[in-house]
Amino acid sequence: MTPPGAFSHDRLIGRLAADLQPVDPLRRFGWQAAAWLGVVVAGGGLLAFFANLPAAKEHLMSAPDMWLAAIGSALTAILGAIAAFQLSLPDRKSLWALLPLPGLAVWLGASGLGCLRTVVEMGITEEILAETRHCLAVMLVLSLPLSVALIAMLRRGYSIRPNLTGQVAGVAVSGASVTLLNLVLPHDPSIIGIAMHGLGIALVSFANNLTGGRIFSR
Amino acid sequence: MADAEGPADTAAGNRQWSEWMACAQAGDQRVYERLLRECVPFIAMVARSKGVPADRVDDVVQDVLMTIHRARHTYDPGRPFTAWLRVIVQRRAIDVMRRTWRQNSREIYAPLLFESYADPGAQAPDGLEKSGFSEQLAGAMASLSPGQRDALERLALQEQSLGEAAAATGRSKGALKVNLHRAINALRAQMKGRE
Repeated sequence: MTPPGAFSHDRLIGRLAADLQPVDPLRRFGWQAAAWLGVVVAGGGLLAFFANLPAAKEHLMSAPDMWLAAIGSALTAILGAIAAFQLSLPDRKSLWALLPLPGLAVWLGASGLGCLRTVVEMGITEEILAETRHCLAVMLVLSLPLSVALIAMLRRGYSIRPNLTGQVAGVAVSGASVTLLNLVLPHDPSIIGIAMHGLGIALVSFANNLTGGRIFSR
Repeated sequence: MADAEGPADTAAGNRQWSEWMACAQAGDQRVYERLLRECVPFIAMVARSKGVPADRVDDVVQDVLMTIHRARHTYDPGRPFTAWLRVIVQRRAIDVMRRTWRQNSREIYAPLLFESYADPGAQAPDGLEKSGFSEQLAGAMASLSPGQRDALERLALQEQSLGEAAAATGRSKGALKVNLHRAINALRAQMKGRE
């Protein structure tokens, strides 16, 4: 007996076979993460021309939570990029989305500790709030080209979890843009701490979720 | 050659499918068609093992066939084909179960309701013809854009699945849904104007 649905499967298979075009198989696609991180490093090199590097270095080294937060954000960018490229392949597990969590924990943990230190030492002033808004704006501006580059590269794969891929890509972009922010805008990451970083990650991930989710679900 | 009982169960069968998929990536339509046909029982088996209801297994099969087609460039011939396929089936099975759950939470299947409580305002078919309803409906359909009319004919009149209609027209499922929705809205607006 012909199983139910066999005729419609036959028709669909016939159409798919008729539509077949040769394709180049993706090989070592996960390594594309290194290419995107290369774009981030190149962007950092470009920004370094306009940055006061000794002042930025001195600023970062002034307290442990400052350089710990910078290391955490860089780690988030690296692990997030690897996870996003893995998630853009259909046979990879969703668990890859957890990969950036260690970097995120170091980043937000150090920022949170610094935030406490600053509030105890100085309190919350109008000047601090203004700096926070400024940093958030620069972070979002830096995120835009990095997001475009990452989504364009991820699009070569085929994600069956487009929204999750977009969100993880957003986390990677947030980490990269905050790492670069240390070069161009020597700020106290402890001041802007959780508030700015948390909001920045949420905004960039949400934007990537919206755009990436639509772009990836072809 | 892969045997008919279940080539995915054996290493040789798995290797065979990997080779066939590599041929499909190179554009061999005959081998690709054969591979997809042989995959259907495997896809149905994995879907059932994930708990997909029997009446939804065909939906999973069609979604997976479409996904294989669109994602075929991501398959690395150096890796086992069945492992690649199994993850795709599991994911699509979850998607279909979520869709079913959402649908069931909003809709009630109660065909006897219409027998027990007949609509007193309903017109008999000859009454419809006399009132010129069918001509007006045909006129309203003719006023739709080609894309909307095509989506309406395939999905509502010919009862094609979204997957079939997408494969036949080359448009995405989302675009077809939007076209169908707009077509129904346009028809509703025109028929309301008639009342």
